[in-house]
Amino acid sequence: MSDIGSENSSGKAHLLEVESLVKEFGLRRGLAERVARTQVAPQRAVDDVSFTLDRGEILGIAGGSGSGKTTLARCLIRLIEPDGGAVRVDGIDIRAHKGAELRELRRRMQMVFQDPYASLNPRMTVGAALQEAGKVHNRPGSENEQAFVSRLLGLVQLTDRIAPRKPRELSGGQRQRVSIARALAVDPELIIADEAVSALDVSVQAQLLNLFLDLREELGVAVLFISHQLAVIAEVADRIAVMQKGRIVETGPTLEVFAHPKDEYTQALLNAHPHPDPRMRIAAG
Amino acid sequence: MSLLEIESLRIEFPSEEGPLVAVKGVDLAIEPGEIVGLVGESGSGKSLTCRAVMRMVPEPGSISAGAVRFDGEDVLAMGKKQLRDFRAHSVGMIYQNPFGSLNPTMRVGAQIAETLKVNRGMSSKAARAEALALLDRVGIEDPEHRYRAYPHELSGGMCQRVMIAISTASSPRLMLADEPTTALDVTTQAQILKLLGKMRAEEGMAMLLVSHDFGVIAQACDRVAVMYGGHIVETGPVETIYHEPEHPYTRALLNSVPELDSAGNVQRRAALAGHPPELSEVIPGCVFAPRCEHARPECAEVSMKLEKVGADHHSACPVRPYAGAGARTTKQEIEA
Repeated sequence: MSDIGSENSSGKAHLLEVESLVKEFGLRRGLAERVARTQVAPQRAVDDVSFTLDRGEILGIAGGSGSGKTTLARCLIRLIEPDGGAVRVDGIDIRAHKGAELRELRRRMQMVFQDPYASLNPRMTVGAALQEAGKVHNRPGSENEQAFVSRLLGLVQLTDRIAPRKPRELSGGQRQRVSIARALAVDPELIIADEAVSALDVSVQAQLLNLFLDLREELGVAVLFISHQLAVIAEVADRIAVMQKGRIVETGPTLEVFAHPKDEYTQALLNAHPHPDPRMRIAAG
Repeated sequence: MSLLEIESLRIEFPSEEGPLVAVKGVDLAIEPGEIVGLVGESGSGKSLTCRAVMRMVPEPGSISAGAVRFDGEDVLAMGKKQLRDFRAHSVGMIYQNPFGSLNPTMRVGAQIAETLKVNRGMSSKAARAEALALLDRVGIEDPEHRYRAYPHELSGGMCQRVMIAISTASSPRLMLADEPTTALDVTTQAQILKLLGKMRAEEGMAMLLVSHDFGVIAQACDRVAVMYGGHIVETGPVETIYHEPEHPYTRALLNSVPELDSAGNVQRRAALAGHPPELSEVIPGCVFAPRCEHARPECAEVSMKLEKVGADHHSACPVRPYAGAGARTTKQEIEA
């Protein structure tokens, strides 16, 4: 397998290039299979997925539950070991490396999860959690804790007063901002946001969506934005990939896909979208 | 007379520093056959209001003041037997998590039949036949086969259909639906909303639909009440609320709703700053004032009483910054 990925129009390697990625999960054999001594065909949770993502780009990944969105995200940073294909960061295959090199590749891709409560240490103050992330990866500036934490909190539009608090003392929106700050602590080039705004109230969700756009503008960070809500993806993504049963069934610029969906599943998702305007009700019948 | 009348409902939770008031004097009425939406963010008191109708406020919370009347009858004054009858025949309820509401060790058909035997005194044979008919009515294909399935063998949407079958088994006149589609995929959500609409059309069943998602509310409701910080801040026909919201909170909420029309035109929304109030925060006057861009000193003395601002349209904001401003411009219309 070559270690050099394809190039984008400017002649540089894509920030992220995923090629024919496969992840299979074996199903447990039931009684009938055990008696007959037959194997159960494995389920492909991620089935031959390929896409690219450039610097500063926001790519939305949409799909229903069980479509493989989260498994895909986890395979990208090898939280789950993929069974086939390649994931290249700047042309470097993440599957071909281990140890310090893998850690460095993972630093460049940071993940933000749906439940910030589960991804923050409840016994650590916000400041300590942010500083630890910086120190582990030897980030420049992390030796001066106060300035380091203050800069990060500023990036996610929180005040320094948050630093001495524990996660349980924060609101859901504040907690998710802290999760994002923790991801930013190691200067990533790509943020993988897995349903990062799904559990939030709409007023707070809108603030967080604005924050992702701000971060892209200020830091040039790329975002892989996973959501089951098409409308949320419409708010932030430049391009969209729609997944169904582990495959990407349609991909393209968000406007093009939404205005002229070609795949049946994309059409079904769009038709089922509950529009907030009562005049746009899904026709009965 | 309205089918359901809620008057000055107050729900409190005890705490060491005195009672925490989660619902602070809510008035709401539902007419026969009407679908009313209750929309609000988490902690606004919408679910509690809904549960209070059945007197199912979770411990240690309690209804400390107000009245709930169903068909003129005082629900809060009902005795044990009367309450049981009321819950069995007059109202049905479905929740967010259909798996949690079904017994995992019983076949779904038997669960429906049990309801019919207990509540309607049917024989086993008649209950089985009626349960099959109910499964068919809620759109489950091959009811004979599904009758024998356990909840874990069914999808979330299918389980919610079974719940709808159980809760409508005795043709209730009112359905309480608390976030019935929140845990479901968008395509399944559309099917369940369609089914609930069909039940209303065929049975004349009224419904209180609680949701945090204005999209869901807009799909199904005739009228909507917007809740914030334990108060209803605005009520009106769903079209009026969407196009001409009067209360600054309603307007801010609607402006935050993500829309498909934003595709290809990525831009920041005028997002509402801050976050909804915690239960322990006591805000004098208007609860929304700390986040409101139109707040003024007098807002600390606002009573939060709903005042008439149009035909069947009430708002709790006496400042009325948008009065006469006409329809809210949606993103779509700006582009056009």
